[in-house]
Amino acid sequence: MPGLVKSLLHSPAPRLMTSPSEKLNTPAGLLEAITQMVPHNQAIGLRFVSLEAERITMALPYAERLVGNPATGVIHGGAITALLDASCGLAVFVKLGAPMPIATLDLRIDYLRPATPGKEVRARAECFRVTHHVAFVRCEAFHEERPEAKDVVAVANGTFILFRGRPHWSAGKTP
Amino acid sequence: MIPVADAIRAAKEGGDVAALVEAIPYLRLLGISVTAASGELIGKMAYSDPLIGNASLPALHGGAIGALLESTAIMAALWESETVVLPKIVTITIDFLRSGRPVDTFACGVITKGGRRVVNVGVEAWQEDRARPIARAHAIFLVQPADDPAG
Repeated sequence: MPGLVKSLLHSPAPRLMTSPSEKLNTPAGLLEAITQMVPHNQAIGLRFVSLEAERITMALPYAERLVGNPATGVIHGGAITALLDASCGLAVFVKLGAPMPIATLDLRIDYLRPATPGKEVRARAECFRVTHHVAFVRCEAFHEERPEAKDVVAVANGTFILFRGRPHWSAGKTP
Repeated sequence: MIPVADAIRAAKEGGDVAALVEAIPYLRLLGISVTAASGELIGKMAYSDPLIGNASLPALHGGAIGALLESTAIMAALWESETVVLPKIVTITIDFLRSGRPVDTFACGVITKGGRRVVNVGVEAWQEDRARPIARAHAIFLVQPADDPAG
C-alpha cells in the first residue's frame, strides 16, 4: 500500500497536490483527502472511514436533506447510490495501487430493506478482479449496530473502465 | 412528516407532480424537478457545483446522475400505477454511457410493464442532445394499490 501513496503523491493530478499535509503520507489519509476533494461527497456529507486489507469503508451520516420519502423519513435511494458509487470507485483505486483515471461502466443496486431513519449508513467495498481494461467491484451498504453484526440495506455490483496510460485526469472520474 | 398519500392524490388529480417533488428534501438538495410536458414526465437536474464528482474534468457524480434516473423513474411509476404510497425501489441497474458535463441534465422514464404490485421502468438521461444519452437505467418498484392495504 505504500506504493499507492507514493505513486499518488508523485502523480500529476493537481488536485491531490493543492493541500499537501502529513495526513497524505498514510493510505487512509490519502483516501480521506480523495473523498473530501469531491464536491458532491461534501454536499451529501459522505466521508471515508477506514481501509482494512483492500476493503474500504465509507459512511453517510443521516440528515434531513437526504430524505427521499417525507412520510417515513427514509433517505433517498439516490443518496445510497452516491455512497455505493463512491465506495466502489475508491476500492478500485486501492486495488490498482497507482493513479489512473477510471469511470463507472455500470452499477447494479439491490435494495434489501429501507435504511432506518436517523441512522448512519456505511458501505464496504472491495475490488475483487482487475483486468487490463476493467475492474469488478462489490459493495454492501449497512447499518452497523455492533462490530460483529450488520444490518444490510443494499448490495451493489459495479464495473469500471480503466484508462491505463492516461496519467493525467483528462478522462474518467474520481470516486 | 408530510402526508405523502395526499400529495400523491393531489398530483394525480391535478396532473402535476411538481408539488410532490418539491416535498422531497433530497430532490431539493440536488435541484431535481419533474414536470409533465407533451404527454411525458421529464425530470430535470439543474446544474450546480455540488453535483460535481470530478472537479478536474469537470464531471457530474455518478450518484447524482443515479438520483435523477431513480427519481424520474419513481414519478413515472407513480403516474402509471394506482399506488397510494411512493413506489418502493427494489433494484436499479445503471449504465453510465458518457461523462456528465456541468450543465443541466434531463431524464425521461418509460414503463416497460406496469402490474398491480410491480412496475418495471426504463429511464434515460441526457444533456444537450436527447439522442446522445449520458446514462440509462432499468429499475423495478413495488407499488401498493388502494384496495391492497397490506402492502
